[in-house]
Amino acid sequence: MSSLEFEILVTAMTVSAACAVPGAYLVLRQMSMVADAISHTVLLGIVLAFLVVPLYGHPLMVFGASVMGVVTVLGIDLLKRTGLVREDAAIGITFPALFSLGVLLISLLARDAHLDEHMVFQGDLVYSVFQRLELADRGYGPMTLWKMAGIFLLNGALALRFHRELKIATFDPVLAATLGISPSLVHFGLVLMTSVTAVGAFDSVGSILVIGFMVVPPVTARLLTDSLARYLGLSILLGCASSLGGFWIARTVNGSVGGSISLVMGAMFVAVLLASPRRGLVADWRRRRRQRVEFAVRMLVIHLFQHRTLGPRTEENHAGHLEVHLGWSAEFSRRITELAEVRGLISRVDTHWLGLTSVGERQAEQALAG
Amino acid sequence: MEAFLQFFNDYTLRNVLLGTAWIGVVSGSLGTFAFLRRQSLLGDVISHATLPGVVLAFLVWQRREIGVLMIGAAGTGLLATALIQVVDTRTNIKRDGAMGVALAVFFGIGVLLLSMIQNLPTASQAGLDKFIFGQAAALVQSDVTVLLAAGGVVLAALLLLWRELKIVTFDPDFARAAGFRVTVLEGGVVTLIVVATVMGLQTVGVILMSAMLIAPAAAARQWTDRLSIMVLVAALVGGTSGAAGAVVSAFGPQIPTGPVVVLVLTALVLVSLFLGRKRGLVWRWHRQRRSRKLADPDTVLGALGALEAAHAGTVRGHPKAVVRMAVGQSAQVGQALAALRQAGLADEHDGDWSLTERGRSEAGRRARDQGG
Repeated sequence: MSSLEFEILVTAMTVSAACAVPGAYLVLRQMSMVADAISHTVLLGIVLAFLVVPLYGHPLMVFGASVMGVVTVLGIDLLKRTGLVREDAAIGITFPALFSLGVLLISLLARDAHLDEHMVFQGDLVYSVFQRLELADRGYGPMTLWKMAGIFLLNGALALRFHRELKIATFDPVLAATLGISPSLVHFGLVLMTSVTAVGAFDSVGSILVIGFMVVPPVTARLLTDSLARYLGLSILLGCASSLGGFWIARTVNGSVGGSISLVMGAMFVAVLLASPRRGLVADWRRRRRQRVEFAVRMLVIHLFQHRTLGPRTEENHAGHLEVHLGWSAEFSRRITELAEVRGLISRVDTHWLGLTSVGERQAEQALAG
Repeated sequence: MEAFLQFFNDYTLRNVLLGTAWIGVVSGSLGTFAFLRRQSLLGDVISHATLPGVVLAFLVWQRREIGVLMIGAAGTGLLATALIQVVDTRTNIKRDGAMGVALAVFFGIGVLLLSMIQNLPTASQAGLDKFIFGQAAALVQSDVTVLLAAGGVVLAALLLLWRELKIVTFDPDFARAAGFRVTVLEGGVVTLIVVATVMGLQTVGVILMSAMLIAPAAAARQWTDRLSIMVLVAALVGGTSGAAGAVVSAFGPQIPTGPVVVLVLTALVLVSLFLGRKRGLVWRWHRQRRSRKLADPDTVLGALGALEAAHAGTVRGHPKAVVRMAVGQSAQVGQALAALRQAGLADEHDGDWSLTERGRSEAGRRARDQGG
């Protein structure tokens, strides 16, 4: 691996770490699609800021552009508060409008500038590391790396400093208000953090892929843990791991680094979605199947209990009758009766008729009582 | 003027105009259902998620006719909605998170595939990235034919399933109880949305297509409470915006169609929000102003008297806002207070209003009259 490649990799990991911090809180606060809106509209902020301060990556420009994220959220709130459209529509109307304005301004005004449509939708991690930080004729590595490392540290420091406020305002806004923590201040603080991060990541991953960097690792982490601290740590870790894997794929197929990272993030999400020990689809499917069997055994026991007075050899007690009475398939009936027999709940009379054992009777009584 | 007319006779422009307006009509009528079902952002996810499908279809068939690309786009678009549905119903992840994941991952894969085919020697792949923002000028006659056919199918399905869609949209629980196959119908709606979204990709682009679905419906909602009229108005709004976008972007090759269409749409939404029938913000402000009727001086005199009686000797006066509250929330007391001052019954010091000696006895006399 060349030193340039190493720099790209480290930059990618820094971008994912920086994005995971606001992303984790956005997911918890059900603001994933607000992040989508913000990441689109900072484009307009960047174009406008570029017209005022024509220096790409200047801190003043980053901050100026970030204000557009706050404007977006204010616009959505304003639309929502008219009561004429709901939140989803408010988001869906606000951000395309601001984004369109940005795209139009780019194509009309900033033709020759350091902004083009290509950058808008994907950015370019490889290209971004060519911009070097140079002080007094000495090079200090890629500018983007320093910028994103700064944003990561800032995000991390803010999240640690306001850990309590974020937690309470996220999980119990009413309690937050009574404790003197302003939920809307926390809300807009997080919006500003998201905007700054999206603007910072603009040249490396672009306006849209950044949503994935913010949302996918936390959503994946959410499937794995219920502890807030572990969730935050895991979000950052999964982001960095995806960057590593994505970088490797991009290098192999000679494709977009940001796109490859998104692919790995998606693959990781699907894997966890399927296999997460408690929340995964496989575990869920198994649980459902087990519940179905348990329920069926109980049904069988109750069924036999209800008809216990009819005598040992009536139609109701016939093993074949379960298909009619309980609507089970022959195969399922066989499995359930065998299971109940193994557990000592029922006994067979001449193989075809079923009777309850004393254990089975007790269980049926319990089931009916409770 | 002649140049202007010639402009409209232009072959390319006629295609573009027809195609874009038609897309507006179809997405507008269909978006109405997404809007009412609070699925406004689903179109956003679907349109982003079509990108990998577009590129894959191109890779497989090595052609870039709109019909071919539509198949791929619909495939990944549907896959994304299925993923959202599974994650939303089967896990602890909320719907917004599921949507964010689907949108970003599918789009990311699309970007990766695009970057990979850019390394391929095939020359005709040029222009595939126009799908991001759309370029209406690239529409040719055969594309328009495909669009007309696809849109016709969508609208026909809409008409055929009108009653079912209406029930599922407004009362899914009742629909289920009444024996409608709600899950199938919901899947049908999503499929139609996918087709409508895919139709707009080439002209409006992946990123802005969601606005084509939602904005016409949001505008139409402000003018009517009837579903049938809403669908018609949304189709009209969508069609008009599409046509306007096509015309404006024809003035220069550097003007992308999608953003122009969206800005026209946004303007129409804003106009509707302000002027919409009954619900419009302008009428609402107007009503609020009128209902805040002027309080009459006698009432204000009584209220001020009651205030002073309640706070006897503790304060020198009461600010206007307090007087207004004493009279009633929405009353305007400014003119009444001025009238009282002119009559020498009340006076103001540093924004605090109090009764004069004469005013106090006048208020007391009236209170007694009313009591007796």
